[in-house]
Amino acid sequence: MSGFADYARLDATALREAIVSKRTTASQVVEAALARIAALDPELSAFSTVLADSARARAKELDAALARGEPAGALCGVPFALKSNMCVEGVEAHCGSKILAGYKPPYTAPFVQRLLDEGAILVGMTHMDEFAMGSSGENSGYAVAKNPWDTSRTPGGSSSGSCAAVAARMVPLSLGSDTGGSVRQPAALCGIVGFKPTYGRITRYGLVAFGSSLDQVSPFTRSARDMELVLSVISGADEHDSTCLPLPAIDPERSDSIRGLRIGVPKEYFASGLDADVRAKVEGAIAKLVELGAATVPIELPHTEYAIPTYYVVATAEASSNLARYDGIRYGPRTNGDGSLQSMIAATREAGFGPEVKRRILLGTYVLSSGYYDAWYVRALKVRRLIRHDFDEAFKSVDLIACPTSPTAAFRLGEKTDDPVAMYLSDVMTVPTSLAGLPAVSVPCGTVTLGGKQLPVGLQLIGPSLADARVLRAARVFEDATQHQREIYALAPSVREGAAR
Amino acid sequence: MTQSDIDIVKKTAKLARLELGEAEAAKFGEQFGRILEAFQKLAKLDVSGVEPMTGATELSDVLRDDRAKPSLERERVLANGPKQDGEYYVVPKTVGGDA
Amino acid sequence: MSQTTTAPTIGFVSKKTDVRWIPVIGLEVHCQLKTETKLFCSCRYEFGASPNTLTCPVCTAQPGALPVLNREALALAVRVAVALGANVAPRTKFDRKNYFYCDLPKGYQISQFDQPFCTGGGLTLPSGKRVRLTRIHLEEDAGKAVHDRGDMTLVDLNRAGVPLIESVTEADMQTSDEAYEYLTSLKEILQYAGASDCDMEKGSLRCDVNVSVHPEGEGWRTKVELKNLNSFKNVKDAIEHEIERQIEAYESGDKSKFPVQETRLYDATTQTTRTMRSKEDAHDYRYFPEPDLVPFHVDAAFVEQQRTMLPELAEARRARYQRDFGLSPYDAGVITGSRAVADFFEMVVKLNGNAKETANWITNGVLANLSDPTIPAKTIDELPFRPHDLAELVELVTNHTIHNNVGRTVLRTMFETGKSPKQIVKEQGLEQVSDEGQLEKWCREALVGKDKVIADVKSGKTKAVAALMGPVMKASKGSANPELVQKILLRIIQTEM
Repeated sequence: MSGFADYARLDATALREAIVSKRTTASQVVEAALARIAALDPELSAFSTVLADSARARAKELDAALARGEPAGALCGVPFALKSNMCVEGVEAHCGSKILAGYKPPYTAPFVQRLLDEGAILVGMTHMDEFAMGSSGENSGYAVAKNPWDTSRTPGGSSSGSCAAVAARMVPLSLGSDTGGSVRQPAALCGIVGFKPTYGRITRYGLVAFGSSLDQVSPFTRSARDMELVLSVISGADEHDSTCLPLPAIDPERSDSIRGLRIGVPKEYFASGLDADVRAKVEGAIAKLVELGAATVPIELPHTEYAIPTYYVVATAEASSNLARYDGIRYGPRTNGDGSLQSMIAATREAGFGPEVKRRILLGTYVLSSGYYDAWYVRALKVRRLIRHDFDEAFKSVDLIACPTSPTAAFRLGEKTDDPVAMYLSDVMTVPTSLAGLPAVSVPCGTVTLGGKQLPVGLQLIGPSLADARVLRAARVFEDATQHQREIYALAPSVREGAAR
Repeated sequence: MTQSDIDIVKKTAKLARLELGEAEAAKFGEQFGRILEAFQKLAKLDVSGVEPMTGATELSDVLRDDRAKPSLERERVLANGPKQDGEYYVVPKTVGGDA
Repeated sequence: MSQTTTAPTIGFVSKKTDVRWIPVIGLEVHCQLKTETKLFCSCRYEFGASPNTLTCPVCTAQPGALPVLNREALALAVRVAVALGANVAPRTKFDRKNYFYCDLPKGYQISQFDQPFCTGGGLTLPSGKRVRLTRIHLEEDAGKAVHDRGDMTLVDLNRAGVPLIESVTEADMQTSDEAYEYLTSLKEILQYAGASDCDMEKGSLRCDVNVSVHPEGEGWRTKVELKNLNSFKNVKDAIEHEIERQIEAYESGDKSKFPVQETRLYDATTQTTRTMRSKEDAHDYRYFPEPDLVPFHVDAAFVEQQRTMLPELAEARRARYQRDFGLSPYDAGVITGSRAVADFFEMVVKLNGNAKETANWITNGVLANLSDPTIPAKTIDELPFRPHDLAELVELVTNHTIHNNVGRTVLRTMFETGKSPKQIVKEQGLEQVSDEGQLEKWCREALVGKDKVIADVKSGKTKAVAALMGPVMKASKGSANPELVQKILLRIIQTEM
């Protein structure tokens, strides 16, 4: 039962190396992960399901295979967690919603299968905003995950649990989904790496849909090199998803330099609403990029101010239709109405969906309904193209764009729950890239002090379409030069103690 | 909040099969009004001549061959059903039509 | 019809008011495409399969599942468009049609709204009438809700996701007969194109009707949609009933009774329609582009490829069978009634070169057996024997190896056992006996005690000999060569008695 003592200090790449070089075993790594989850999760509520038995069994198999001299997979023995909107056969995927309580998919998502095939070990499913709708994790039908740096604060959302699990070193790797920033924003708020690839680089088959034209599976890791490793495993063509690009997996770039890269700095992202301390950290990070040999170029993304309404029209329209299948017939608990079919459907949905999901279904239904379709939905699609066009123009003169991931550090739980508009505005830095379908990473770039606690800040690096590997290389070069990801000294005391054990 | 916001919410809720109570409809009506107001800036933008962007990829013509793969075992499909009889999903009696 | 009489030309003249009412009829026809798998997933579909056994994450709308379009469905759809002379759009896309019902697992149907894969086209009815098509689009079928089992509704999703083409006509028809003819012609073309079985009983063809009436010379009035039409005859009856109902409503003069825009369900047992939903309840389907699919391009080469895959259609075959084979219009019509029968016919003729006899054996023999409830095979595709076998049978009869009547028995046995005609003839000793010694023996036995017949024949009524044929055939178990038997009987009577 003894776990691997160095577990919490190592990233996925190092853990695999330790297992393959026989310094430890997959079983010891899994024990360490389970022990850390047991110690920390009661306070952090990252996990909704811990799959201890199957994880132990899988670790044993891997150890036996290694003992027989079989080749080790690229993620051999690496524990990982999944957001609860991802399908693994027989494992509850409730999407943070009461309407899917107990739902066990009859199939496994290909992107998960690829991780499993490379020897990664699934240890659990994580809490999230219901159907990925939220920016704080508070719209959960189950439990609200906490920020490991300050448990009175949000870890960000909607991939709150997956992010907290990696930030607290419970697992070195997790998957979230990013529709409007749901991986990048929490990664920034928790001081880890979160990457949303170019739309279409990772299959969406098996990811429960929120906004189909925006959703992307997006990993959380502790290091940029891990992110490159994970992407090389899970990205690439898939026959199950018509929108998945027919390209090979993302191939990490070998270069250790960003010398000569032209980095655009969009003035719209440094306007009012950006916290001054966050701004200082991000500007410091951009200075560091220059120090590393990059050149900055001031750019304009003039339609940025329209991104939030555009995003909320497009995403909610798609969501209103995507969530129509939750009708109490094929899965999830049913609530009987007055005895008729339609009343059963309405009663089931009324009882099963939380307020934010209802709000967005209403908004999405409204913008698609007769008389409003052109004025809202079609108009939003046109503005979406203008936003994409902004980026296309900018990337004619720059190789990457650098900006904050979130306008503020982690806010307090409960701070914005009564104000949907304020909550929506916290996505302002991430939704434009989602609308444009571009690759973007959030990497830690230091901490700010808030309420006496140190809280992480994220630097967002955005690339042109399909320049995923370039974005990740820049993140890795920046990380190697700064080591911000090691600033776990400021994690909440319990998490730190867990780390020391 | 205006009565018309509440009416819109009620009408939309019916379309979306959400059975809102009065208080809930009033609360959503108020928020709805504020959200739409905040989003009014979209209406002020000149989008003439702009092609709607319906997807985030330029992909087209993604097709599959007409070759059958095994279906799921019925037991596994029905397993998640809140009410099923081993053969069918069971729902409240409804006379034909999609009303 | 109580207050109207059918006019010799178009429309109905009211006895009460002398107004000529002109009906306006348009049809919306859904046909399942005959692909191996469903439109967006790799499940097979088979009518009558055990419920919920032909489903997967995609067609049961499991969260996270996504659609991928079936290439063959698009190909068949384009082939139909070509057969109907429609314009295939160079670019097409799919949309979501949102509504809630228990047989619609996703809560939306993937259909086509503003960019159907083809527009225009039409077909010319045998009467010469031209019916134009507005458009045809491709969409997925819903599952099946079973309402007749106790106090609950049961849902079977086997059918969910089966490819459908919905063709919409212009309101070009004015009589129920035209609607009936249109359906018959459309069915024939789709069957020949290999695109659909068009079997209403199995639900692979479904038809909704739009009907309105207006006084001659005036503008069109409110149209009513009729649903739940389960046979071509239902369509015809429902249209006639609805025309009558609308005329009566207008002639009542009571505006509250005037037809309103609504959907009515037809009840075939009572031959009446009742309101299903009114215009006020009309759905707001909230169509929007399906974000899980990408656009599709259909280039000229693809259209041409589908054109080359179109077989000779029924109309052309009927003409050719009469011209080249000398078949009667009736036989040509029966044989081309289904492409499978026509194809079978042509395969047999290719083998035996005897079109007329083959046509005879198919219309009177094969098809008659297929409609016999005690025979398991119901369609030509289910025959337990091959074209080669029928060719052999026709040959056995025409070269007098067996008698025509024996041929019928052999065909029956072919249906029952699947054995080849030669094998059956051999096993049952049915080969025609032309050995005169043997035949004479049977004839003499048959003549015993038949003095009346003998007298008749002797007095010149040679036809009376027919009464003796039965006993001879019976004695020979049907194998006696009847022409020889007759000859021998006459010879014995006339020369020896």
